[in-house]
Amino acid sequence: MKFPDFDYACPASLDEALQLLEAHGEDALILAGGQSLMPVLAFRLAAPRILVDIKKLPGLDSVATNGEGFRLGANVRWCDILANGELRAAHPLLVEAIGHVAHYQIRNRGTVGGSLAYADPAAEMPGIAVTCDAEIVVASRTGERIVKAADFFLGALSTRLAPGEIITELRLPAWPAKRRWAFQEFARRRGDFALAGTAVFFDLNGEGLAVDAHVGVIGASDRPHRLAGAEAAITGSRVDADAISAAAAAASQEVEPMEDFHAPAAYRRSLVGTLVARALTDAMAD
Amino acid sequence: MQIKFEINGEMVEIDVAPRISLADCLRDTLGLTGTHLGCEHGVCGACTVLVDGQAVRACLMLAVETDGQSIVTIEGLSNDDALTPLQASFRKHHALQCGFCTPGMITTAHALLSNEPHADADRVREVLSGNICRCTGYIPIVEAVLSAREHYADKNGSK
Repeated sequence: MKFPDFDYACPASLDEALQLLEAHGEDALILAGGQSLMPVLAFRLAAPRILVDIKKLPGLDSVATNGEGFRLGANVRWCDILANGELRAAHPLLVEAIGHVAHYQIRNRGTVGGSLAYADPAAEMPGIAVTCDAEIVVASRTGERIVKAADFFLGALSTRLAPGEIITELRLPAWPAKRRWAFQEFARRRGDFALAGTAVFFDLNGEGLAVDAHVGVIGASDRPHRLAGAEAAITGSRVDADAISAAAAAASQEVEPMEDFHAPAAYRRSLVGTLVARALTDAMAD
Repeated sequence: MQIKFEINGEMVEIDVAPRISLADCLRDTLGLTGTHLGCEHGVCGACTVLVDGQAVRACLMLAVETDGQSIVTIEGLSNDDALTPLQASFRKHHALQCGFCTPGMITTAHALLSNEPHADADRVREVLSGNICRCTGYIPIVEAVLSAREHYADKNGSK
């Protein structure tokens, strides 16, 4: 279908954008890359009175790295992340995961902030944010607040973002150079939303045992989340075949997959175990 | 809203409602019907055009978003006299049957090869995965794009 009727504003400053959002309340929607919003409008799932395009807001398209971690501006696009060689070396899990986002044309437009705000349960960026203990910076007329990614996603297409708020930045913690990591997802067509996916990382201590294990899952329930059982199964282990099968079994057991047109719940449950096993095997391979 | 943008090398100023997609603006307002509309929600890739040199889905952008930008459509990638090397390669490899997806395939392949003239078969497949073709089975399209690479490599020198 064609889009519903709306007005369009393209403010040049954060202040101006926040004023517009405050003035229009729930009648306003933020337009970033538009790669999720436009389909939503085409399906008439939303009928805003005004779209506030944030592409001109200064400073939102920068990628900064320092000893404390990584700061991705809300308007950083997938193609910016994929073309950033420094970032690929410094945070390989992030860049690998973003390579799985949608298709070529969409990666030229889609943004970090847009994906976080849209909160599709199968989307890679929210999954990486939750798995990596990231923080999301949110601005409004009353100031700035920082929300932990783990608390940000409430369910499918639902977040803690209130009307009048704009995501300005994603903060990812520092990434040790020798960290073990992998990303795996399965989709029926390359670039489509994954039926399930997983991001894993851990560090090996002096004795070769896994510490600080993180196992996150996307597409397997109404929001991205970590898998405590799978993390426990590899923590303190050498991440050998036994530990990997224990982690895969735990992962299958602890997810609560949805059942839909694309796949039955039992299929997704089994897929999560398979993907966790593949990812952990990848992470240990040299 | 009044917007001004460059279409296939020509500056154009038009009045367009905010709700009109770039694809509808190109087809209905400007009469550039080479851009095809398939799914109208960002899945099929038929409406791919170049905005500031990058391949984007014209159904997922508002025309008003492109104010001040430079757009190239399939019309801007062809000329009246002869087939371009990429078009000739599509013809040689039988990379089209009904032709509906072809404008999107050509614009996407042109963007890819302009930036990555040495893209390998895997990369070509990955990039074209965003464009649906229901006739060819894709193999001839991938072959056509691969064999057009030399023309882009020449043009870009050492790139």
